Amino acid sequence: MTGIVGYGAHLPRHRIKVEEIAKVWGTDAPSYKKGLMLREKSVPPPDMDTITLSVEAARNALRRSGGVNPVDIGAIYIGSESHPYAVKPSGTTVAEAIGAIPNIHCADFEFACKAGSEAMFVAMSHVKAGEMKYALAIAGDTSQGAPSDALEFSAAAGAAAFLMGAENLVAECLYTHSYMTDTPDFWRREHEFYPQHGGRFTGEEAYFAHTKGASNAILEKAGMTPKDFKYAVFHQPNGKFPQRVAFELGFTQEQIDPGWLSPTLGNTYSGASPIGLTASLDVAEPGDLIFMCSYGSGAGSDAFIWKVTDRINEVRNLAVRTRQLLSENLIYIEYGTYAKFRHKILKNG
Amino acid sequence: MTMFSSRNWREYAHRYRLEASRFAKSGQTYYPKRLVDPDTGDNGQETVNLPMEGTIVTFTVIRVAPNQWSDIAPYALAIAELTDGTRIMAQVTDCDVDDVKIGMEVRLEFRRIQSEGHSGVISYGHKFVPKWY
Amino acid sequence: MRTVYVIGIGMTKWGEVWRSSLRDMHTEAARNAINNAGVDHIDSMYVGCMSGGLFIGQEHLASLLTDYLGMRGLPATRVESACASGGMAFRSAFIEVASGISDIVMASGVEKMTDCTGDEATQALATAADQEYEVFHGATFPGLYAMMATAHMARYGTTREMLSAVSVKNHRNGAKNPFAQYPFTVTSEQVANSVMIADPLRILDCSPITDGAAAVLLASEEVAKNLGKPIIKIIGMGVGTDTIALAQRDDLTTIKSTTLATQKALAMANKSIRDIQFAEVHDCFSIAEIMVAESIGKFAPGAAGPAILAGETALEGTFPMNPSGGLKSKGHPVGATGVAQVVEVYKQLTGQAENGRQIPGSPKIGMTQNMGGSGGSSVVHIMEVVS
Repeated sequence: MTGIVGYGAHLPRHRIKVEEIAKVWGTDAPSYKKGLMLREKSVPPPDMDTITLSVEAARNALRRSGGVNPVDIGAIYIGSESHPYAVKPSGTTVAEAIGAIPNIHCADFEFACKAGSEAMFVAMSHVKAGEMKYALAIAGDTSQGAPSDALEFSAAAGAAAFLMGAENLVAECLYTHSYMTDTPDFWRREHEFYPQHGGRFTGEEAYFAHTKGASNAILEKAGMTPKDFKYAVFHQPNGKFPQRVAFELGFTQEQIDPGWLSPTLGNTYSGASPIGLTASLDVAEPGDLIFMCSYGSGAGSDAFIWKVTDRINEVRNLAVRTRQLLSENLIYIEYGTYAKFRHKILKNG
Repeated sequence: MTMFSSRNWREYAHRYRLEASRFAKSGQTYYPKRLVDPDTGDNGQETVNLPMEGTIVTFTVIRVAPNQWSDIAPYALAIAELTDGTRIMAQVTDCDVDDVKIGMEVRLEFRRIQSEGHSGVISYGHKFVPKWY
Repeated sequence: MRTVYVIGIGMTKWGEVWRSSLRDMHTEAARNAINNAGVDHIDSMYVGCMSGGLFIGQEHLASLLTDYLGMRGLPATRVESACASGGMAFRSAFIEVASGISDIVMASGVEKMTDCTGDEATQALATAADQEYEVFHGATFPGLYAMMATAHMARYGTTREMLSAVSVKNHRNGAKNPFAQYPFTVTSEQVANSVMIADPLRILDCSPITDGAAAVLLASEEVAKNLGKPIIKIIGMGVGTDTIALAQRDDLTTIKSTTLATQKALAMANKSIRDIQFAEVHDCFSIAEIMVAESIGKFAPGAAGPAILAGETALEGTFPMNPSGGLKSKGHPVGATGVAQVVEVYKQLTGQAENGRQIPGSPKIGMTQNMGGSGGSSVVHIMEVVS
């Protein structure tokens, strides 16, 4: 038995509405809102980055872990496409902050938006193999969208953390499956500030092909159908894609609702499906099955089947709930502040 | 002054984990850690972690800021008394500068504090945020 | 312990002095002091300077400056205590004469602050604060005093008008000081409407960036009394320290280091604060003067603001403070400030204050209070006329 011992998320409080961005570039806000099913997105202020979001998410996961001592954590893996350093893992700072150093393995992961689920997969594998008692997986991003590009409406920030272990589980991992091919739908070259993407090519052959590939394979492996699940979480680059792939696979709106955060959160990239999972866990009951499938451009998907245990009732309130972070005490900003926060303004020196 | 990397690294216990010294004889906690209790001269101390919640006892809003802070000016800087009585200084973030008040309840959150330009080391620590959960 | 006298003074005109280097200004002030005293030699020198190294990349100042003074070989050292460097240089000189080691010692102070950018000067000044626990978090000097002001206003109801009154009075005095950087008056409205630096302190609440030097000569009784020139007697000296970090202070609304220094100086002089008739104090910010007035024990906690507003600390008031114009109007070349305070007390006690700046009624006992940073160090001297 391996799975999640503690979970937690962290989000910025700042938000910017689609209309604010559309106003500056002369794009048609209503059609973007409708087409992408996106109303607003989170914006990290200058003092937040993937490392700071990861620390707070990890602290929440530890709060729900039933008193796990950080020195017993055997590995820390952080998946992101916006690690603050190109060389120096985010995991070193997070491990130092939570007191998990020095007897710990650390590596940063990247694979566009599935870097987080990768970290979860590897963390669990180490526990499953008996290598260590606990492993911490964190999924977080403060991604950039190029000004006036479609992705500027959705590129957002957030993090989720999962302490994996073999006892006192909140949710057991029943199955995993990974599906990956070389598909150039979205990428960023070294030293470039903004990513590039293949426009409509990011749909059918990329997001949908891999999500369905992994999802169908794991359902077959498990001998299950969508009806067996209480909740389902998919990668959410906007509101539309996860809804469409859910329906095409046979899941319902009701199943995706608790973890469907993108309409008001935006695309938290590596954080997307992991944060969605935390929101689903926040409302799940013992015995519920949760289906999760991430997607990362390049491209690949990691699928998981979780079974919630009795412990969920003891722990869900030990840290702030994800939907509280999503919807309460928000700070709305306009484009000028947004551009300043996201370092989009050229300054000398 | 530039934050040479070893100087920043030495402060992790204080900046990342909010470690402090508590002295047995007086029961007082001092942040940052120190070897001698300034009140009693005692040197019997243990390392503790500061609580993460407190109340603002004084503050200001820095409007004319040093270069590395010009992006976030104006910003509020405050001294808060934490729930164990220890006082620390930090910026107040996620908050309109005009909303900062003496008596405001705050939490400490891990944040990026400063960095040496685009190529130097990033310094992390904690800032105060309004306590809403 | 021998009795020590101030026998001569000198200073340069303070301001943005583009044409004079640090060594030029110091030499000018030092020579003025020597000529003023009429001595033909000095035994040693203490130079107060906060940071030649940070402002102009020059340390090892004492040796450099004795050379340029034409006194190679003279025993000399530089004294540092942030903004109290000058006062501490004076204290060191006092101890050397009082102990009998020397008969004539110079206490000088100098700072050259305009050979670097404003940002570099601000960073250099901020080294007087706690680098790891205050400046790291974005604290600036005005910011630290602003936090003390916020606390003082919240506890005692000190108002914007009371802060402004400090700057108005000091400018009124400084307008008559030929050595002042800003020899002009300001109104309360101008102060209250000037640009906000760190709430609640505005630019006209803050002392400026200044180039300048000052020097005084201290001497034994035998030397002093044989000069046939005006002299004053140093009757008390005290130093106090406190945490440099504000978050570690017991009370944010008072300056303990100043209270300690004052108590020690009064004890040595065998006087009470009631006997002190006027004072040159460290008004790096308007709130500092209010807090110092209370910390030295002249006004009850919370009472200094109203008293200043009512004019009690004006030249013609019951307790004149900063007849020179203070740091606000005279300027604040950091290391020189503490020494220039002595220059002013000397002038007042010997009836030589210029342009109608003389305190009426021939005061007999005056005090200087100099402090470093946000009150981490403080040095107080009490001086008396010689009849």
